[in-house]
Amino acid sequence: MPTNLSARFCTFVLSLFLIAFALPAFAGPFEDAVAKFANDDYSDTEEAIGVVAGSGNKLAFPIISALQDGRLMADSDSKKVYITGADGKSIDAATGEPVASVPDSASAVRLNNRLRRSVDAAIGSLTLQSPDIGTRLQAAQSVFKSHEETALEAVDGALAKETNKSVKAALGDARAAILLFKPDATEVEKLEAVATLKARGDQEALALLTGMGDQPASVTKAAASAISSIQSSLAVWSTVQNAWYGLSLGSVLLLAAIGLAITFGVMGVINMAHGEMVMIGAYTTFVVQEVIRTRYPGLFDYSLLIAVPLAFVVAGAIGVLIERSIIRFLYGRPLETLLATWGLSLVLQQAVRTMFGPTNREVGNPSWMSGAFELGQITITYNRLWILVFTLAVFAILLAMLRYTALGLEMRAVTQNRRMAASMGIATSRVDALTFGLGSGIAGIAGVALSQIDNVSPNLGQSYIIDSFMVVVFGGVGNLWGTLVGAFTLGIANKFLEPVAGAVLGKIAILVLIILFIQKRPRGLFALKGRAVEA
Amino acid sequence: MLNKSVHDIAASFSRRGVLAATAGLMLGLASISGAKAADDTIKVGVLHSLSGTMAISETTLKDTILFLIDEQNKKGGVLGKKLEAVVVDPASNWPLFAEKARELITKNKVSVVFGCWTSVSRKSVLPVFKELNNILFYPVQYEGEESERNVFYTGAAPNQQAIPAVDYLMKDEKVKRWVLAGTDYVYPRTTNKILEAYLKSKGVAQEDIMINYTPFGHSDWQTIVADIKKFGSAGKKTAVVSTINGDANVPFYKELGNQGIKAKDIPVVAFSVGEEELAGIDTKPLLGHLAAWNYFESIKSPENEKFIKAWQTYTKNPKRVTNDPMEAHVIGFDMWVKAVEKVKSTDPDKVIDALPGIEAKNLTGGTSKMLPNHHITKPVFIGEIKANGQFDVVWKTPGLVAGDAWSKELDGSKDLVGDWVGKKCGNFNTKTNKCLGSGS
Repeated sequence: MPTNLSARFCTFVLSLFLIAFALPAFAGPFEDAVAKFANDDYSDTEEAIGVVAGSGNKLAFPIISALQDGRLMADSDSKKVYITGADGKSIDAATGEPVASVPDSASAVRLNNRLRRSVDAAIGSLTLQSPDIGTRLQAAQSVFKSHEETALEAVDGALAKETNKSVKAALGDARAAILLFKPDATEVEKLEAVATLKARGDQEALALLTGMGDQPASVTKAAASAISSIQSSLAVWSTVQNAWYGLSLGSVLLLAAIGLAITFGVMGVINMAHGEMVMIGAYTTFVVQEVIRTRYPGLFDYSLLIAVPLAFVVAGAIGVLIERSIIRFLYGRPLETLLATWGLSLVLQQAVRTMFGPTNREVGNPSWMSGAFELGQITITYNRLWILVFTLAVFAILLAMLRYTALGLEMRAVTQNRRMAASMGIATSRVDALTFGLGSGIAGIAGVALSQIDNVSPNLGQSYIIDSFMVVVFGGVGNLWGTLVGAFTLGIANKFLEPVAGAVLGKIAILVLIILFIQKRPRGLFALKGRAVEA
Repeated sequence: MLNKSVHDIAASFSRRGVLAATAGLMLGLASISGAKAADDTIKVGVLHSLSGTMAISETTLKDTILFLIDEQNKKGGVLGKKLEAVVVDPASNWPLFAEKARELITKNKVSVVFGCWTSVSRKSVLPVFKELNNILFYPVQYEGEESERNVFYTGAAPNQQAIPAVDYLMKDEKVKRWVLAGTDYVYPRTTNKILEAYLKSKGVAQEDIMINYTPFGHSDWQTIVADIKKFGSAGKKTAVVSTINGDANVPFYKELGNQGIKAKDIPVVAFSVGEEELAGIDTKPLLGHLAAWNYFESIKSPENEKFIKAWQTYTKNPKRVTNDPMEAHVIGFDMWVKAVEKVKSTDPDKVIDALPGIEAKNLTGGTSKMLPNHHITKPVFIGEIKANGQFDVVWKTPGLVAGDAWSKELDGSKDLVGDWVGKKCGNFNTKTNKCLGSGS
């Protein structure tokens, strides 16, 4: 196939060459169309795209792809259009001649959404036979999306040569989409198209089938049955999707609450500044990314891995400082603790606002946290998936730490019976400071993850503090497993309520349910039993 | 322990107001003692939140007024006197806005106040401005349905932003199906009511309109974005009209980008997202999504270039962006200065009467005029988000659009006009020929 292609390409270039020499002074429709790019008028640009894409000229693909990437420069005075390459070299778009430099008066040809769609369609039909499988697949998909009649020939040609299974399927879908909308396609072709789309079974197929307009009766009937079958399968998938969204929301809740489960749950400190520890973690991520951006741009994908330990240390250190300077004087006085930590949260917010400004700071998503993949008919975004994995990992590590390390043992001893622990030789005040530091540090880690899905602003913490308390109280104070179950229960309940009741009512319903639940079981889902809790 | 702690948390929230108030009061006092008490200055009040949730948007507006005062003083001030800013911090706390407004007017004796962002803060200060008879310049696009004698609305009314944006999508993008997504408070609810009525009057069926509200600061957009995707797969071109406010925008756009909703499939046109909001996100996945405003930083005009340069020099930040509410303050400030110079007095009654008819250059090359209903004429631009966080203007209204205080789309308000020149009334019913009187 490659030889065949290149041979065809050679004859094609040769014929072009001949034409170019035979008519040296003649400005053909192609050149006219190219000049239209310089008019800075959307409808002229659209016309030019159509002519250039259909011209068969070897410059068609370079021009359209340059247009897509904003590399097509046009000079509105001289009506000259240039393609600038990634290597800094430029050519004249009408002739293909290299030019020394693009004049300063030239600016990139502007696109709007309508034009971007035409560009995609044009690139699609131009790259259907590209040697690269990925490009071919993308081309087939964009032809499927635009399903313009003019692409049918190109699709048929590509389909005859295609050997890759998935590209072939995509081409088949594209062909079906075109035929469905082609007014003069036969009934048999249309019925086949409906069957192909039914087999595809996703939302895009549904969109095509519902929007196909007037068709012969048999086609309409087949389409109606295809639509109902797709809809019922999508309904099943939407339940799966809600469950996934619930898990994802639950993981965010858990991550935000897990530090509080230590400071409030284990130590009993009503820590209203917990949210600000999360915020400090997020700002640590921002600082790490800033340093990486300016000094080591190559490390950007690792920025979060670097930020996690740093955020733990920074937030943890601030936590220890807070415990030593304020909270240790307030043990056993919940009301004062609450007021003091609330005031502290305001102080921390304003401090960050003064240092970094009140506006949002940009924290980028590394490439492995951007985008999504399709699992069946649901879309799973990478950032949510990684946060779920990360949350479970943090949870497991924390659990292991409490169970298997000396510090963990001391922590549990101190919280269960302070005086007994002290008389066993445990330095209780040191353990208090470290426990509070641990809780704050984990909140800091949460901030790193939350910076990926939320605003990094001084208000970041405020939006999580209420949810965090809700989770810890609901799950049962003093029990990490309770926090885990509580977070996921609330997340899933919320996501199943949201489509029915709406986001606002859903949230209210959850709050009411929790209040009722607490009336019935004041100690939450998993209550600690025994004397310890009474102390 | 547990019951008690829950109770304590609840109690703390009612105390939050008191705490914030105390903090705000202290800041306020500091600003008073810091200002030199001089009689030969004209005092200008600045009522924007410098802390709390709204600080993200309002701090810039405080800086804008300080900048404009600085520029005016360099030109010799007004009526031969220097202007002096009195800055207070209402801390994103709505009742505190009223307290601070009262303090500005009675204690600091300001001649005019530039301030507020949210509609609820404006509604909270309204009685104070009426009672003490002072002037408020309100610079943010809002839901309309109001025309008060003491307030001058330099932001867009719905017919200067929402309606033209929908028109653009209908004509240029051939949109047939609409998602109206907003934060759950008065501005999105009223705007969506107006838009729904407008769309229906254009023949859009009920089933082609989906309305969705989310709480303030909503951060988990997965379900809603999936719903939008589903709603958009009915075979008709779909667009989202977003009145989502403030911080909730960043996660919303991130989710759109991650779920692969591109502007060329389902465009989102936003009324509350400007250059300032985009500064906090990676805009590459948002390429092509739209915003409707009366000003964009990227608009090329000599006035705008001069303004941006002076602003960046003043703030000593060459990257500092400008946005639409800033331009509204620029116009409002200029109009106030002109009105004061016209009547040679800062007396609120005289200035209020002088303001309608005053013209001021806007930054996009036109001249805006204060109308008898206390709204101004503005051009409307539709911009597409570019990869660098700026906007590329893809459409604009042929001329300036006059702001309607009362929407023509709603049954309750289509017969009303605001006219403080002839009728001396903010809600004059043209059918019954009666002024409905106070209570807006």
